[in-house]
Amino acid sequence: MNVTILKFPGTNCDRDVAAALERVPGVRREIVWHTQFKRSSTDLLVLPGGFSYSDRLRAGAIAARSPVMDVVRDLIDDGGLVLGICNGFQILVEAGILPGALLPNLSTRFICRWVCLRVENSRTPFTNLFSEGQLISMPIAHNEGRYVSGGSLRELRSKRRIIFTYVGADGKRGEDANPNGSDGAVAGISNDDYNVLGLMPHPERASDPLLSPYGTEHGHTLFLSIANYVRGRA
Amino acid sequence: MMGDVWTISVLIELKPSIRDPEGETILRDLIRRGGEKSVEEVRAAKLLRFKVRANNREEAENLVRTLCDELRLYNPIAHVCNVWSDR
Repeated sequence: MNVTILKFPGTNCDRDVAAALERVPGVRREIVWHTQFKRSSTDLLVLPGGFSYSDRLRAGAIAARSPVMDVVRDLIDDGGLVLGICNGFQILVEAGILPGALLPNLSTRFICRWVCLRVENSRTPFTNLFSEGQLISMPIAHNEGRYVSGGSLRELRSKRRIIFTYVGADGKRGEDANPNGSDGAVAGISNDDYNVLGLMPHPERASDPLLSPYGTEHGHTLFLSIANYVRGRA
Repeated sequence: MMGDVWTISVLIELKPSIRDPEGETILRDLIRRGGEKSVEEVRAAKLLRFKVRANNREEAENLVRTLCDELRLYNPIAHVCNVWSDR
């Protein structure tokens, strides 16, 4: 599997993603500066986390208008896989590739902690090695993670495009379990064709059991799912 | 370039239906804490101020409106955007 990790000025999770992918067998990965990105033979394009363009205007808003996003759109139209993590999710939303908006957390604070997520749809290229309803752990680290659907929540639900939600350790949704005040406790969504996933939690920081307070590696499972899907498609 | 320089302001604020935690904090932890009870709501917003050379005010405002829409200076799902000329 060939993976391209796209870097904008201010992206700072690119090497973490590369390190996490090192643990996935058969992966060739490359960090590419946004002006240098060509379609080539990428199986997966990752828009990693960070603070592209210092979050100026709004998180992700300036990167979303970069010329490279036209190339990203073409790749998506042709069925290519795109994974947007944290600021990458914000970029995809600001580009209109994924619906909604990611606004400042209701707490008005930057939140950096591990959260419990529920896998709402395990029949996607990104989640096929999870079981439906599985509870998993990943860290979040963001100031603008409050997902606002703009009225599209019902449609997202009916099309099973909500992929991850924030839940408590008991698997239940609630105000206490929703760290940023997201509509429907949404932590990650896909596009209509399920080849684009945007999520606020960081799978690359949850890929090594040594780095997890729970000894888990659910981020690794997400990357393995992608490799599994790509292998099956070949 | 011909024409005058016009100052065009762009106010980007959250739609009324969307909670604004910054405004809520200003109201709760600053204004009401100081004892002021008559303020019912505070909404925070972002103001951009453009200086635009154009033949007339309408042309300058229209240019900025177009930029707001085309470059998505606001996210239409979450924000309302008002454009006006100060000069």
